[in-house]
Amino acid sequence: MRESILIYRNHLYLKLAALVSLVATTAYVWHTPFERPNGGTWLGYTLGVVAGGLMIWLAWFGVRKRKYGIGKLRLEDWLSAHVYMGLALAIVATLHAGFQLNWNVHSALYVLMMIVIISGIVGVYFYIRFPIMLTENRRGMTAEVMLTQITDLDREIRQLAMGLDDATNAAVLKASQETIVGTTLFSQLRGFDEDCETTQARRFVEDSEGSGESTSRRQLLTRLVRKEELLKRIRRDVQLRCLLKTWLICHVPFSVAALMALAVHVVTVFYYW
Amino acid sequence: MGGFRGPALSTETYRIAIVGSGPGGLSAAAHAAKLGVSHVLLERADHLSDTIYKYQRGKFVMSTPDILPLRSDVTFAAGKREAILGNWDRQIAELKTNVRYKSDVVEIKKAEGVFNIRLADGDTVQAENVVLAIGLQGNLNKLTCPGGDLPLVQYQLDDPGEYEAETIVVIGAGDAGVENAVALAKQNSVVIINREAEFARVKQGNLTLILNAIEKGDIQCYYNAEPARVEPNAIILNTADGEARVPCDRIIARIGASAPRKFVESCGIKFPNADRSALPEVSSTYESNVPGLYIVGALGGYPLIKQAMNQGLEVVEYILGNKLAPADEPLLQRKFAGLGGADVDAIIAEARGAIPVFASLNPLLLRETLLESDVHVLKKDAIVFKRNDYTSSFFTIMRGSVGIQINALDPSVVVTLPTGAFFGEMGLISGRRRSATAVATSDCVLLETPRRTMLKLIKSVDSVRRTLDQTAIMRQVQTHLAPGVSVADLRPMVETVELKRYKPGDVIFNQGDKGDDMHLIRAGSCTVSMRVGGRDIVLSYVPSGNYIGEMALLSDAPRSATVKAAHATETIRIQGDAFKALLDSQPALKAKVEAKFRQRIMQNEQMQRRPEAGNIIQFLIEQGVGEGTDVLLIDESLCVHCDNCEKACAETHKGISRLDREAGPSFANIHVPTSCRHCEHPHCMSDCPPNAIHRAPDGEVFIDDSCIGCGNCERNCPYGVIQLASPPEEKFNLFSWLLFGKGPGPGEEMAYEELKYAGKPHADKQKRAVKCDMCKDIDGGASCVRACPTGAAMRVSPEEFMSVALLG
Repeated sequence: MRESILIYRNHLYLKLAALVSLVATTAYVWHTPFERPNGGTWLGYTLGVVAGGLMIWLAWFGVRKRKYGIGKLRLEDWLSAHVYMGLALAIVATLHAGFQLNWNVHSALYVLMMIVIISGIVGVYFYIRFPIMLTENRRGMTAEVMLTQITDLDREIRQLAMGLDDATNAAVLKASQETIVGTTLFSQLRGFDEDCETTQARRFVEDSEGSGESTSRRQLLTRLVRKEELLKRIRRDVQLRCLLKTWLICHVPFSVAALMALAVHVVTVFYYW
Repeated sequence: MGGFRGPALSTETYRIAIVGSGPGGLSAAAHAAKLGVSHVLLERADHLSDTIYKYQRGKFVMSTPDILPLRSDVTFAAGKREAILGNWDRQIAELKTNVRYKSDVVEIKKAEGVFNIRLADGDTVQAENVVLAIGLQGNLNKLTCPGGDLPLVQYQLDDPGEYEAETIVVIGAGDAGVENAVALAKQNSVVIINREAEFARVKQGNLTLILNAIEKGDIQCYYNAEPARVEPNAIILNTADGEARVPCDRIIARIGASAPRKFVESCGIKFPNADRSALPEVSSTYESNVPGLYIVGALGGYPLIKQAMNQGLEVVEYILGNKLAPADEPLLQRKFAGLGGADVDAIIAEARGAIPVFASLNPLLLRETLLESDVHVLKKDAIVFKRNDYTSSFFTIMRGSVGIQINALDPSVVVTLPTGAFFGEMGLISGRRRSATAVATSDCVLLETPRRTMLKLIKSVDSVRRTLDQTAIMRQVQTHLAPGVSVADLRPMVETVELKRYKPGDVIFNQGDKGDDMHLIRAGSCTVSMRVGGRDIVLSYVPSGNYIGEMALLSDAPRSATVKAAHATETIRIQGDAFKALLDSQPALKAKVEAKFRQRIMQNEQMQRRPEAGNIIQFLIEQGVGEGTDVLLIDESLCVHCDNCEKACAETHKGISRLDREAGPSFANIHVPTSCRHCEHPHCMSDCPPNAIHRAPDGEVFIDDSCIGCGNCERNCPYGVIQLASPPEEKFNLFSWLLFGKGPGPGEEMAYEELKYAGKPHADKQKRAVKCDMCKDIDGGASCVRACPTGAAMRVSPEEFMSVALLG
């Protein structure tokens, strides 16, 4: 229906980023300094200014995203440009460094910046893939609707269990009281729980098949299976949304760290000039 | 005389006796007191204004119509019942008005030019003139069945909070009954008795409330039921299935009020007919057929507080023999200022003479209509409105002439309308964009009447509706079906047409039916569906301004598809034979209709092969998107659930988001969030007391600052996109949040705690209705769409979503 940010405006920002990278690379190949290429030549300084400018501009996205109702461009333009310019930064900065890495603050900046860029690439993957995965997983329902359905199922399950033996009752009650979705970051990211109380209750009812009251037992089982299936989808939903959030939690602090390293880098360069 | 409180001496003959101390009566008495005219105000109760006194505690009393200035010696402004009553008590005392409480008038007889007013306590008051300001509410209709006088029956509800955990039966399905039932249901078990099969008489807002409550089980309803008798702790109902006994602790009967006819007639006043709701007729000075006996307020047909108060002052002036221009005179003078200084009466007479639509209105109604209309004095060639504008007002030509450019491509094709003609009715009826540009073809004077006023006129005055319909049908046929065909050629066909109205989901015709007519959709829209392999496939969505049903006519075959109204729809039904005759005489039109016919066959073929596109149309129609003009949709294959759209909405609207992204249904990849669709005929507009909801020329439906927070629009909106909110507090700027974590972030509201410590709890502020206004005050379009990082949010009109759906 609509296009994604990668092909937005017929790849306008890809073309722009490619142009920046191409100019930088051509200049780098054409330029033959006295020593091996580094940030201290005139081209090195130029590329450094471009790279630093790009970094600050890329970080500005966080502010622009929260400035609402201003500017001529849509946020979609900004994000598309943010993605491609971020990739161009990797090239420009590498050329600025002249492919040199050492144990110093300058390389620390480089490493931090690359972490941010790589996490950005991961983010793009998430942004392109997850909406479809989320939608498919939800099948037209919202998380809230799924939870309401679970509550309804729970009520039915408890009612059915009332007419059954104590052990079944206890297992079912435990399932409805102790089934948990999410809580810790780890369990949210994991996205499934094979030892879920509901699964245990389902297994228990499956195993006790044949111990009388077969009709209610079968009804109970179908409801437990349905609840398990819903739980599976909710956990998946939580996982995907949590991934989107945690991803941002990685991307942003590293970019702040990279900005600080940029400041240190610039100060030390001029201090030791 | 000055004034004193307490019983009046029965030996004195007053100049004016005023019966009833409601708004009209107390305003009259106050004016008499101020002028020093001898007077007495007779009140049955032991306090002023009994009807308002008996309103629900804390009820917000409105001061409509806002445009009318108040002309009284006591003040009145919209506010809480308690404040208004307190104010009146104080001012009546300050003016030293002569009030005689507990004076129930039982007889008014005129003898030798003096009225003898007999009171229930046996006293008699004499007066030269009498002003009857008794209203209608003093004469509530009572239960007539056996047991109707038992103590569990009451006719009033002062404070619904007084009752708790009772079973209460509310009789009456009018506004009062419904309001009481809903208020009581909060902490009681409530049963409502409706004599009819539906709640036909209540305001739209109350209808929604009561139906929701019944559906949720909060209130139980007996339809087609009437009280048979009352027992000390139950009520017996006559229902369609026989008698039903409903045990209860309390019965509240709200079965209306009527003119205390017997009493009024005993005073010698005549009623125009035997109708139960008939009111006595009065002259322009409020005098009845009995000389010296005057009637003001609801009994004379003016039920609003402000009208009654104005009449109270005016009637005293008239009794004293003074001439007084009506209260709205200065407003009309100002309105007509551009017309060269002629006086108001002359201009009203000119409007009546020149404009046939308004000729049949009675003087007061015409005055009210003009008061609400705008007068435009235009030079030759000035543009009145442009094609595709979203305005919906109605224009009449008082002087000069106006040209309508009926051809979008060639502005030189102009139909000239003479003085007295009207235009703009198509936008009024369809709620869609203007279908042509209107230009002044000479210096002219136009009256622009707002949509709401026109709708009221169409509803209440038969001749207005008839005149409007006749002309509108001809123009709609000419615009949408047969452009370029003259009125004379169309007349034989148009004379055979009839107007048809359909509710949402009503079938206009079924697949396989014999097709002997066709329909031109003048308002609303339809879906065309076909039964293929045992299930319905939606083939297309047809908005107003299009015709349907011509395929069967042209091919002489049965209907090839079913057409249903997507929402409330009005069509012009055209007889098949008349249409065929028209086609035979108009070869150019015939070619055009046949070309469209072929195009439709092709489209239907395509859509049958792609049922999923039809399913999306069906889904969107079910969500009410069909009646929208600009709908927010979210492409779920792109949405990352970041809620930036909601945050953007909140930030551009002072912290209150008018959109809920997550809520709302989805189908395939399309999600319809809870957000305003800017309907063609906005439900929210239908009952807004201060008339605060408008449609901007670009189509946005917005609420202006005159909102009083009554909540009608919130209840009337079927899509739940309007909320009542207090104006939010100023927030810290973005960087203090971003860097120092100060205050709530973008899109978040100030927490209640933060407000409490700042000494600004929410509750103190008057709430107002807020809804999407499509960011009409900001350049660059809706914030939600602009703030979407992935391009998932989009705004489309129903005509467009067809193509979106096809692409999907």
